[in-house]
Amino acid sequence: MIDWIAIFSNAAQELISPTTAAYALAALGLAIHFGYTGLLNFGQAGFMALGAYGYAISTLSFGFPVWASVLVGVGASVIFALILGIPTLRLRADYLAIVTIAAAEILRLIFTTNTFDALTGSASGLQGYKDGFAALNPIPPGTYGFGPFTYNAYDWWIRIVGWTLVVIFALLTWLLMRSPWGRVIKGIREDEDAVRALGKNVYSYKMQSLIIGGVYGTLAGMIFIMPRAVVPANYQTSLTFFIYAILLLGGAATILGPVIGSMIFWVLLSFFSGFVARAVEAGWLPFMSQVQAGQLRFILVGVAIMLLVVFRPQGIFGNKKELAFVK
Amino acid sequence: MSSDTTPTSKPVKTTGLHVGEPAPGVQKVDPILIADGVKRTFGGLTAVDVAHVEIPRGAITALIGPNGAGKTTFFNLLTGFDKPDEGKWEFDGRSLAHVPAYRVARMGLIRTFQLTKALGLLTVMDNMKLGAKGQSGENLFRSVLPFIWRKQEEEIDAKAVELLTRFKLDAKQEDYAASLSGGQRKLLEMARALMSDPTLVMLDEPMAGVNPALTQSLLDHILDLKAQGMTVLFVEHDMHMVRHIADWVIVMAEGKIVAEGDPHKVMQDQAVIDAYLGAHHDTDLGIDTEHVEVLKELIDDEQ
Repeated sequence: MIDWIAIFSNAAQELISPTTAAYALAALGLAIHFGYTGLLNFGQAGFMALGAYGYAISTLSFGFPVWASVLVGVGASVIFALILGIPTLRLRADYLAIVTIAAAEILRLIFTTNTFDALTGSASGLQGYKDGFAALNPIPPGTYGFGPFTYNAYDWWIRIVGWTLVVIFALLTWLLMRSPWGRVIKGIREDEDAVRALGKNVYSYKMQSLIIGGVYGTLAGMIFIMPRAVVPANYQTSLTFFIYAILLLGGAATILGPVIGSMIFWVLLSFFSGFVARAVEAGWLPFMSQVQAGQLRFILVGVAIMLLVVFRPQGIFGNKKELAFVK
Repeated sequence: MSSDTTPTSKPVKTTGLHVGEPAPGVQKVDPILIADGVKRTFGGLTAVDVAHVEIPRGAITALIGPNGAGKTTFFNLLTGFDKPDEGKWEFDGRSLAHVPAYRVARMGLIRTFQLTKALGLLTVMDNMKLGAKGQSGENLFRSVLPFIWRKQEEEIDAKAVELLTRFKLDAKQEDYAASLSGGQRKLLEMARALMSDPTLVMLDEPMAGVNPALTQSLLDHILDLKAQGMTVLFVEHDMHMVRHIADWVIVMAEGKIVAEGDPHKVMQDQAVIDAYLGAHHDTDLGIDTEHVEVLKELIDDEQ
């Protein structure tokens, strides 16, 4: 018999997990890039990796306090955005896509290679950087919560910080996008030459957008490593595509879309993996091994997203009216 | 105001714009834009090779010429959307060489495009507001503090409503620009350009794809710009329109200025006839109905 309670409670835990928060924040950054400015950034995984490694290396190798480690990560991603943007933002949109996807891979390979093992820990990655963050935790030790949402003090601390950041940056994005600055940004998405002809420095606005969205990704990368270790294999191109999936699921040019999209994505993923694993165990799927079952969840998530894009292409929070004019 | 001009009235032409005999590159009494030796080649093709041209201030100047004459390329060069291989050109006494397009626009030289660039998924209102200059809320850091820009936003809003009313688009304010018809988009693009109070408005084929019902209203709006003290330079194929509203006509062919002058006289210029019909148009090569029609219409118009 299948343990439905366990499947559902595991799925429910994903609603507020720090990983969900990290993906939501990274997707929010991508919403600024892709949804609002029309920049095709395929290197969000690279920005997240810079956050993760920037924080972990500063803490482990240089003994920086938490705030300084965060600043190092953010600073690294600003520089990364400038390096990506300066040559490509004057060109057509697709060049940015090519450069970002390649640059993110270059970063991952640099973090993986043995040459910098002393700093990066190469393929096995880094751990032991959480003490400073845990020391800031005001919650007294113990176990809190109810039902599936029962965690110790550290786990609650990560969740509170992670989701607070998501809320703050969602609000910031909302403020930005309702302002005249957001109007210029959305204008650039529609036709940058027209905006240029109206006297706006399009190049500078695109650069600002690339940096802001990248910093979101970097902070997301820091939340992402708090419940786990830093492992370079986590920052593959597929990470960027999962974030794109979340963004399109929620609605590309929306604020709530990336947040709710991330929740739905992770709850579904957890549900499918729990269900398939137990179904194989119970002998419902005799043609499948446990290992195969582990992969099946991504196929099912893929199918779910395909259905969503076919039947609700504007995403959950997207404006249906916008689609009427898409060629 | 456009409502004052009745469609049938003959627009008042500005005269006495030039010094001496009208000829290509003739000196103007008060030029707003001067181009000197501007040349642009694409590989082996010389698209624009303008020796000297002056655009008179406070008048409506038409830039005409057969297809491929380099009119739009010349527009792009003047507005910073393309860079010439050589030459210098100045607007209001300030050199425009190596000035990026957005700075040219800030100087007060605003252009529109041959293929209308309405920002589809922005509302008509947002399209308009984007046109306003010097908005403090367009700075990243000030944008998150609405109290800094709210007052300016209200002023821009009022101005946009006024312009939209003039262009009869006020009912469409909250609609996406993508939902407008082709002609309405032309109107919106022109109204948006006016948000920045330009001194020189450059219209690239304002009448292309506009239905006849809107043509008259567009014409009135262009005449209106002059009435408000703006200078207009426009590219157009429709000879009737050129004749109707232009004070001065510049004819381009194969990248060069071949003739200049008063709209009625310039059409009789041998260089213009050559440009449109070919220098050997007397030689019988068969029938070129299209161009003959154009000239016939022009001659009929004249009588």
